[in-house]
Amino acid sequence: MGKKVALTGNEAAAHAIRQINPDVIAAFPITPSTPIPQAVAQFIADGEMDTELVTVESEHSAMSACIGAAAAGGRVMTATSANGYALMWEMLYIASGMRLPIVMAVVARALSSPLNIHGDHSDIMGGRDTGWIQLISENSQEAYDNLIQAVKIAENKDVMTPALVAQDGFNTSHTIEIWELEDDQKVKEFIGEYEPLYPMLNTDEPVTHGAWAPPNWYFEHKMNQLRGLLNAKDVVEKVGKEFGDAFGRYYGLYEAYKLDDAEYVIVAAGSVCGTTKDVVDGLRENGVKAGLLKVRLFRPFPYKELAETLQSAKAIAVLDRVSPAGAQGGPLFTEIRSALYDTPSRAPVINYTYGLGGRDTQPRHISSVFETLKRIVETGKVEKQFDCLNLRGEWR
Amino acid sequence: MAEKLLNWDEVLIGGVIKDPGNSREYETGSWRVERPVWNPDTCIQCMFCWVYCPDSAITVDENGKMTGIDYTYCKGCGICVEQCPTKPKSLKMILEAEAKGKTEEELRKEVFSSEK
Repeated sequence: MGKKVALTGNEAAAHAIRQINPDVIAAFPITPSTPIPQAVAQFIADGEMDTELVTVESEHSAMSACIGAAAAGGRVMTATSANGYALMWEMLYIASGMRLPIVMAVVARALSSPLNIHGDHSDIMGGRDTGWIQLISENSQEAYDNLIQAVKIAENKDVMTPALVAQDGFNTSHTIEIWELEDDQKVKEFIGEYEPLYPMLNTDEPVTHGAWAPPNWYFEHKMNQLRGLLNAKDVVEKVGKEFGDAFGRYYGLYEAYKLDDAEYVIVAAGSVCGTTKDVVDGLRENGVKAGLLKVRLFRPFPYKELAETLQSAKAIAVLDRVSPAGAQGGPLFTEIRSALYDTPSRAPVINYTYGLGGRDTQPRHISSVFETLKRIVETGKVEKQFDCLNLRGEWR
Repeated sequence: MAEKLLNWDEVLIGGVIKDPGNSREYETGSWRVERPVWNPDTCIQCMFCWVYCPDSAITVDENGKMTGIDYTYCKGCGICVEQCPTKPKSLKMILEAEAKGKTEEELRKEVFSSEK
């Protein structure tokens, strides 16, 4: 049983990093994730960590330094948001291609333009194909728990793939919640010592990292990399169980909230799930079979398991906190709908974009989604496959 | 190619190379479209070609004297010819197609016969 504390989501991430005490952190400040490296710098100054904190001139350099330190054999972490994450882009692919288990706290935020510092999923969803493991947190507790688990997942010998742990900018990063901070020593024991596979600093066995692969090699290396990423699915489940055994909070690939017999189902990820749970509770009290499927692991996407949980649904709404950007719908929608194609369910699946640039999503907005789902089941008609929540003016 | 091509589930994780110096297995001479031909009669052993060759394809004996070109690795870039300071040049580029089936001696005669 941990100690109950009242701290922000950023502080939750910072405490996880303090307890993990990585060899190297290279980071550059960007709202809303700035308080994470700031708190880490304070912990180091106070002698509570002995991490080498590398202050760099950009996020591109931050990820580059992380890659170098990880190839050298270190346990490496960083934190970023939005445009900072975007500036890391090419290095994100290099980190995953080199199979370096870097763990990054991402405080999800809108991408410019227009300039906006508030929460949405434009950054992490844009980076969904960079080959990183992506875990999305609903609240401060999960931001803390997921970071600790991410170290163990990323460093698993069958995985060896970088992982990011996202939480929603401001919704959780700057909001004080009560959560459980575990004992330093117990966390240390849980993650264990990191043993790198081919550290560059081991001069007894010299290796080359980052070599080139011509057309007769590149394809094989990329598929070998994909296998590592896909292996993460089973490891996420295993580590989620081990974490539960150690700390009492169990985690799986997703959270099925009142889903067993649910007919009207919302699929979402991140802080909006807290609001949705409240609405589901209210509907259940009135006998409405509402439920929530909270996606925790977005990459690798556990499509079979997620589709399985949706089989009782008569109508499904997927909430994406990002613009579909010209696709049939948001990324969560297209993947959920695609996953259902191989199952007996032919329940209608609709999509909403919500919460862009920190736009508030309140219980009444979630209620309106359930009302729409109910109407679809009653009339058998889908009027709009795609719509927006809390947008001024009707989307058409 | 001397290298053994491995399947996707056999390659080393992250493209790591465990055996340093394995670029020797990569016979870049197969890239060549043109090749340099060397004339030992006019060569002054300045070693500029050896200094500038990006593939260490200029062969040298135990006395540090240039002895020719290693066509297993020479990509035919022509930098050695560009750098050769003698007049006329002691290295000249010819098309690989023209070199086909001829010995080095025959090529030398053909390329440098007009120059004494």
